[in-house]
Amino acid sequence: MWKTIVRRVLIMIPQLFVLSLLIFIMAKQLPGDPFTGLLTPDTDPNRIEELRELAGLNDPWYVQYVNWIVNAAQGDLGKSYTYKIKVSTLIGERALNTFWLSLVSVIILYLIAIPLGVLAGRYQDTFLDKIVVFYSFVTYAIPTFVLALIFLFIFGYQLHWFPTVGSVDIKYDSGTVGYLWSKLYHMLLPAFTTAVLGTTAVVQYLRSEIIDAKSLDYVRTARSKGIPVNKVYSRHIFRNSLLPIAAFLGFTITGLLAGSIFIETIFGYPGMGQLFISSLVSRDYSVITALVMLFGFLALLGSLLSDIIMSIVDPRIRIE
Amino acid sequence: MAKQATVDIKKEEINSPPTGMQVVFREFRKDRLAMFSLISLVVVIVGVFIWTWFIDQEALMRVSLRDKYAEPGEKFLLGADQGGKDILGQLVTGARNSIAIAIAITLITVSFGIIVGLVCGYFGGWIDNMFMRIIDFFITIPSLMVIIVFVTIIPKYTVKEFILIMSLFLWTSTARLVRSKALSESRRDYVNASKTMGTPGILIIFKEIMPNLSSILIVELTLNFAGNVGIETGLTYLGFGLPPQTPSLGTLISYANNPLVLQDKWWVWLPASLFILLMMLGINYVGQALRRSADAKQRLG
Repeated sequence: MWKTIVRRVLIMIPQLFVLSLLIFIMAKQLPGDPFTGLLTPDTDPNRIEELRELAGLNDPWYVQYVNWIVNAAQGDLGKSYTYKIKVSTLIGERALNTFWLSLVSVIILYLIAIPLGVLAGRYQDTFLDKIVVFYSFVTYAIPTFVLALIFLFIFGYQLHWFPTVGSVDIKYDSGTVGYLWSKLYHMLLPAFTTAVLGTTAVVQYLRSEIIDAKSLDYVRTARSKGIPVNKVYSRHIFRNSLLPIAAFLGFTITGLLAGSIFIETIFGYPGMGQLFISSLVSRDYSVITALVMLFGFLALLGSLLSDIIMSIVDPRIRIE
Repeated sequence: MAKQATVDIKKEEINSPPTGMQVVFREFRKDRLAMFSLISLVVVIVGVFIWTWFIDQEALMRVSLRDKYAEPGEKFLLGADQGGKDILGQLVTGARNSIAIAIAITLITVSFGIIVGLVCGYFGGWIDNMFMRIIDFFITIPSLMVIIVFVTIIPKYTVKEFILIMSLFLWTSTARLVRSKALSESRRDYVNASKTMGTPGILIIFKEIMPNLSSILIVELTLNFAGNVGIETGLTYLGFGLPPQTPSLGTLISYANNPLVLQDKWWVWLPASLFILLMMLGINYVGQALRRSADAKQRLG
């Protein structure tokens, strides 16, 4: 068990290293720098040059890279030029928002997907099953941003059920019940959209798992012992089919992160995805590099998590 | 078991089983919705390409403030956008561009993926190891973000560059799939027989293994095409896709970033969204039917 994890972590290190090198060189190629925007007819070009020198932007790229890595290893990711605060503080704030959004999304996702998958598997080839199969087909085919926009249009602007922008109502003070409720309320629509888009894999997997389990010996044994059908499903089949679903959690995290760029931009939710787009527009290098690294790291962590859960669930795949 | 097998073989000798395109055709005849999707897709794609010939691109891009956000009506069938430009014309042009670009990306990524996958799966060894490490790396990076950063870097940025950037990041899944299939295929007897006869590796790969994978490759092509339409329009929607002088379906939808447009001027963004939605449903449905016909266990027909 531990050998597997250590091995996976060791493989992660060179991958992260190559990613960091790639993203650093790319970020340096971005046209303009944070100071170009400050240029007005009145500014002294020498002053801008001084600022560049001070920020180390005139050093050769490898010097800048080593500096960046050394600082990053000490937890110092630099300063955001746009927001004038530390990158770690900025991202920390946004990451928390994204984290809560993802958590609510995952909860809604499993709340939708598990009943659908179980019912479709149990009542295979009935009308209900066909509806579920069609549903999972539609959610698989539809692109994230199209569904998000349509939901925002219908539920946000036409029906006025949900707020259309932001993460919390400003009239509440932080810490109160109203504040927390408002935060959750702002999360519901984006989280629901994300959840709907993510259900396909879980529904289909659970459905085929249950269909397969139906004809297995342990189910026949349970039935012949006289256990009622409902109990066989809830106690025997459901438990066996649910374990592999847990392993999906890691991949779900990776999917959520990639989707967050669209979801957060469309719903105006101040998380990491939205921060990424806005930093690109304002050429905020330090934030861009830090975010890409963080996303890469989290994606690796997600697949590691999946592998660990899988190896707990299924002892055959452990590396000895 | 053995008895069963002999019976099956005898049956097959009597009625030779349908092969290749016959299977696909039977599957589509059985599944009416798939047939309908296929026909409408072909009609829409061909129609869009022909229609754009008749659209005067200069007139389409002319700004006329008098028609700002004109509602759908006699002059503009689907209304006009912020600059008073006809939405219908932009929709057709955008659809043409999106489809053409998705086809280009699909052809590049799938052919590269097929070649890498076949070579890795057949030869194995250090080539396989090297490509697998590269693919592992591509899978771990957050490709959407890296594509967006790439798009921002390139100074003289045109459709050609966009296609190349996208292709750079999207060939890996095909390569992995083809490799795993080629790996099991190259252990088969017919490959060994061919090897003993002295057929060169390159011929075995492309003339013997590849035809046996053709059904999987068709599925891969279709589903990749759908995926690429989604990624291209999505990136363009965010403002990191096609350059502004080449309108795409994503460009039309990106007008909805203005809450005013999203709320009150539905004719600007909704038709393009529905077009993408229906097209994706159609392509994916056809892809599923193809996948079923590629797998004897799932076939309907």
